[in-house]
Amino acid sequence: MSQAVSMNSNAQGGSRRRFTVGIFLLAEAAALLLLLIGTGGMVSTFVLASKRAGVDIAAPDLVIPTWASILAVAIFVGLAGVWQLIKGFKRYTNAVLITMISLGILLFLIWAARDNSLNLTGMLVSSVISATPIALAALSGIYSERSGVVNIGIEGMILLGAFLSVVVASVTHSLIIGFLTGILAGMLLGALHAVLSIRYRINQIISGTGIIILALGITNYFYRAFLNPNPALNNSGPILASLPIPLLWRIPVIGPILFNQSPVIYIMFLLILFTHFFYNYSKWGLRIRAVGENPKAADTLGINVFRLRYISVLISGGIAGFAGAYMSIGQIGFFQESMSAGKGFLGLAAMIFGNWNPGGAFLGSLIFGFFDSWQNKLSILQVGIPSEFLAMAPYIATMVVLAGFVGRSRMPAADGTPYKKGEA
Amino acid sequence: MSKISAKPTQTNPQEVQGHSFWQRLFVRKGVSEGVLLPILAVFTALVIGAFIIAFSDLETLAAWGNFFNNPLMALGTTFVTIWDAYTAMFIGAFGDPGEIFRQLGIWIKTGESKQLLAAIRPVSESLMLSVPYILAGLGVAVGFQCNLFNIGAEGQLYIGGLATAFVGYAVHGLPWYIHAPLAILAGAVAAGIWGFIPGILKARFGAHEVINTIMMNYIAYRLMDYLLNGPMKSGGTPATPQVLPTAILATIFPSPVRIHWGFFIALGMAVVVYWLLWKTPFGMELRMVGTNAKAARYAGIPVQKTMVLALIISAILCGLAGSIHLLGVDHRMMTSFSPGYGFDAIALALLGNSHPLGVVLSSLLFAFLRGGASRMQVVAGTPVEIIRIIQGMVIVFVAAPEIIRGLYHLRSSRREKKSAAPSASKS
Repeated sequence: MSQAVSMNSNAQGGSRRRFTVGIFLLAEAAALLLLLIGTGGMVSTFVLASKRAGVDIAAPDLVIPTWASILAVAIFVGLAGVWQLIKGFKRYTNAVLITMISLGILLFLIWAARDNSLNLTGMLVSSVISATPIALAALSGIYSERSGVVNIGIEGMILLGAFLSVVVASVTHSLIIGFLTGILAGMLLGALHAVLSIRYRINQIISGTGIIILALGITNYFYRAFLNPNPALNNSGPILASLPIPLLWRIPVIGPILFNQSPVIYIMFLLILFTHFFYNYSKWGLRIRAVGENPKAADTLGINVFRLRYISVLISGGIAGFAGAYMSIGQIGFFQESMSAGKGFLGLAAMIFGNWNPGGAFLGSLIFGFFDSWQNKLSILQVGIPSEFLAMAPYIATMVVLAGFVGRSRMPAADGTPYKKGEA
Repeated sequence: MSKISAKPTQTNPQEVQGHSFWQRLFVRKGVSEGVLLPILAVFTALVIGAFIIAFSDLETLAAWGNFFNNPLMALGTTFVTIWDAYTAMFIGAFGDPGEIFRQLGIWIKTGESKQLLAAIRPVSESLMLSVPYILAGLGVAVGFQCNLFNIGAEGQLYIGGLATAFVGYAVHGLPWYIHAPLAILAGAVAAGIWGFIPGILKARFGAHEVINTIMMNYIAYRLMDYLLNGPMKSGGTPATPQVLPTAILATIFPSPVRIHWGFFIALGMAVVVYWLLWKTPFGMELRMVGTNAKAARYAGIPVQKTMVLALIISAILCGLAGSIHLLGVDHRMMTSFSPGYGFDAIALALLGNSHPLGVVLSSLLFAFLRGGASRMQVVAGTPVEIIRIIQGMVIVFVAAPEIIRGLYHLRSSRREKKSAAPSASKS
């Protein structure tokens, strides 16, 4: 193995990769064929109808013959594997690989729902819900890293945002003030990160790690010192109600997923759109990108590198704090120790997946969100795999995504390097 | 230009009169900044920690609410709160010195050792806690030397503990001199595999090890949940059976004092790491990759292979932290096995400047802090998590020495002044 690592020339890597991917696809096909056992004559029913606020949104059930669909997909994947071994998909290899893996995951769902029914709409709704904090974290990462500052500390900013928003919302009985506090809390840690990494030019990963540990300590300490003895401080009351968008929310399947969600989710969608246009078409967005790619050139042109980086990191912290507030007062109405549960890191992985673009990052978050509700559904359906292993799925997906995409994605050129005037 | 040339004469070591009190105090004694800065960083963090303790105490807050009527009362209560908390911390960390001396006298006179052992138990508890700290801190430090951030120490610690526990209780009929090393080896190998995965992902695909090691942490937690509630469960609680007596690392003193021989294994590993990093060609290559990977590649060093090996060694050391702590103290694996040794290890490696000696010293410091904090939680009601806040601040202060320099009016070293001077004059 060690030799293989050191001899990683491109041509060799290419042919070996073709072979590896081909074998992988064949193995996947074989594994899928195993699912055929004992599924003869069964059907998998996916319920698309849903009931929201007492109103039924009718939709026909999706009934799929289990055996035939498994066979068809397995043959399809197998053929792709054979093609890959003989000719190779060349530059489409990644796309093919992702499609085949997704097909396998879907098929597993079909298999799990054999002779049973599964509410597909509900599953997609919960996918979007669990993707939201991850997507916000990814946006937070984009704002910071586009300006050239790596922000590992998003996890800590989420935690502090979640904590302070609960406390303030419990005292003031206002979710709006709670959310604002969450944003401010994130910005506070963002400011710390900015000062450490821009002014003092310390290693940004060390600074981020310090922020995570600090946030973990602060939230756990004050949780035990204040919130445990006074449960009233840890109860922000009813969570944010979902806000149906008139007419649209009654559309079958799409309505419940996109148009009858928490306002935070709409804000997230708007933020994604805004970020996309901001970085691609606006003067300031392009300037920030220049700062992240080549600060020296930007500085020469009269752009204030330091100011733009400070602002970017502050915005990054604010979004992370907002994500934290959503997780606590927006979703459950109280704070739990280390409740961020790696969402900040999942967000960073989604950002890398999306090549530092908001749209792609959102897609990456959706994959994680889907895995999250996928494993929830599977553990309810009792597929015979321990729920702990299913719960690993989002994390394994992160690692696969990072391994598969980091080579092809391009981070901002000056990401992670402190800028110092007058230095080459 | 004249500005720059004027600077070096100012920082001339002979001319210390114009320096701050702190620097005069220490420069005269020949204490270099490398030692002074971490000490001041910890000191500052402890002071800020004191204020946090005081102002999270309801009684103190009430006294401050009444500040304008009775300012002395407010100050007094604050002082008493801090004093109580830190005294509890000190006694928890080192034991009560008076009691230790009294019992020592009794022991010399009568040979009655029971009370003495009880009196030195706190200090031994702290030393016992330093074992996983030293090992995991060394692990993270090895990663740092290769410019790799192994945030997965916690997961590797759990994996090491799980493998060791399994060999410890499931393998029967071995003499202790084979069983205990075998159990430790199992933990090292398992953790090594756990470190190999992010290592190979980094080397082959360029996937950042920070995110991957953290993901491996979550996977390790889930795996532990599964094993302790399923295949390895014994009895009603999620915990493995006790390891066999042949696998246990013996304690050095009788019963209430729990310090075990693993302490010396940990110190030995510090020497081994020092030898590996500074006395072997591989260690030089590892540090060279850490300093400048590009230059290392041109020098013909297999950079990717070195990175993978560095992460494996790092993970093995973190796994040993779990293994040895398990065989020496808990004797079985349970979900509450580690209160975050793996995360503290990051702070330790930073504080110790990634040097084995520094790691050992900072591990002892953190172990005493944590030992004391447990007592502080019981006696003064201060949550033990205060330690983590202090750690976070220590990381920040150590990483950004300018803050500490600014606080104590220390002069920065000459080299930095020189490079900073042009930029200052330009802007």
